[in-house]
Amino acid sequence: MKRVVVVGGAFAFTLLLVAAMRELAPAAIDLRPSVAAHLAASGVEHPVTAVLLNYRGYDTLLEIAVLLLALLGILAVTRDQGGGAPRPVDPLLQMLARIAATLMIVVAIYLLWAGAFRPGGAFQAGAVLAAAMVLLHLTGLLPGWRQPGVRLRWGLAAGFLVFLAVAAALLLAGGLLTYPPAHAGALILLIESGLTFSLGLILAGLFLFLSRDEGDAP
Amino acid sequence: MTSGLIFAGAGAALFAMGVAGVLLIEHLLRRILAFNLMGSGAFLVLVGLAQHHDAPDPVPQAMVLTGIVVAVAATALALALVRRLHGLTGSLELPEAEDD
Amino acid sequence: MNLGLAFDLLLAASLLWSAWRALNASRLDRAIVLFIVFGLLMALAWARLSAPDIALAEAAIGAGLTGALLLDAYGALRRRDTAEARE
Repeated sequence: MKRVVVVGGAFAFTLLLVAAMRELAPAAIDLRPSVAAHLAASGVEHPVTAVLLNYRGYDTLLEIAVLLLALLGILAVTRDQGGGAPRPVDPLLQMLARIAATLMIVVAIYLLWAGAFRPGGAFQAGAVLAAAMVLLHLTGLLPGWRQPGVRLRWGLAAGFLVFLAVAAALLLAGGLLTYPPAHAGALILLIESGLTFSLGLILAGLFLFLSRDEGDAP
Repeated sequence: MTSGLIFAGAGAALFAMGVAGVLLIEHLLRRILAFNLMGSGAFLVLVGLAQHHDAPDPVPQAMVLTGIVVAVAATALALALVRRLHGLTGSLELPEAEDD
Repeated sequence: MNLGLAFDLLLAASLLWSAWRALNASRLDRAIVLFIVFGLLMALAWARLSAPDIALAEAAIGAGLTGALLLDAYGALRRRDTAEARE
């Protein structure tokens, strides 16, 4: 009975929503002209990066904080059970993984740099870095992460701290995250570098800290 | 009927499928799959409707970028909880609520 | 109806089909693989919607990292279940 009600409701919801979308008039508020008008003063040339790191930089600051919180949650919930004996891995696979990981680091740095002019940016670069670390872990070249040491903790928090420091400095100088137009490009690159480094570690940590819990009872 | 509207309609259907899955599926890992489908559907609606009247709009695209990253963090935390539940109770479904 | 619109309809249909199959697959590992397929098709959809940043992020994070997380969880749960069954 519940099944019929839920499926019927979902179906009706879909039909109503699609019908409503067809009649939708163009939005009254269009932000594209404002984005384009201030793009020259924002420090980057790609509109999505400008929105992410300049116009809505506050959202990105909170987003990296949320990611750190999720990582802390995973650290709190999982038990450190060590992951057992390492499985033997084909050395050919390991060689391929080394080559691939090197290329991925180059691609990540390119994406970070290109984010100012083309599609790219800190999130994509951080994701590629994390994928390189997961690849190295799956082929046995990077051991799973146990209790994080001091350096790892600093690395995980570095991006958020850099962003917070820049935001605090700007708050003292003017408004929250209002970059001076002369230095906006350099500041955004600094923040994005910190974000890429930390994001790579955090996203890799989401996988590597999770895999240390073998699921045995404590 | 532009491409934006097609994907927005598909996003609405995906969202409805995801909600039905979260409500009806008992297996926790599959429920996490349905939850991710919900998120993807919502993102498609957001960008599809903005794209409906031509010329890409960067503001919803930035919002969806943030949303994808937060969704993966939520999925990882949910998986950590599921693995712990499996370690403690051995089952992958939430215990049935006892009727008072 | 021009070719671009036909491609978009086909892509939207395959998105819905892969999502439906992922929810209804009988074996869990098949469901996860179908979810990864869904993620890659989503990356194509973002490219069609003129959102290359989101396409990059979806392919790397949505399909890649989420798929890896789910497969790792599935593998760990299976290992634990077979270890328990042997006891």
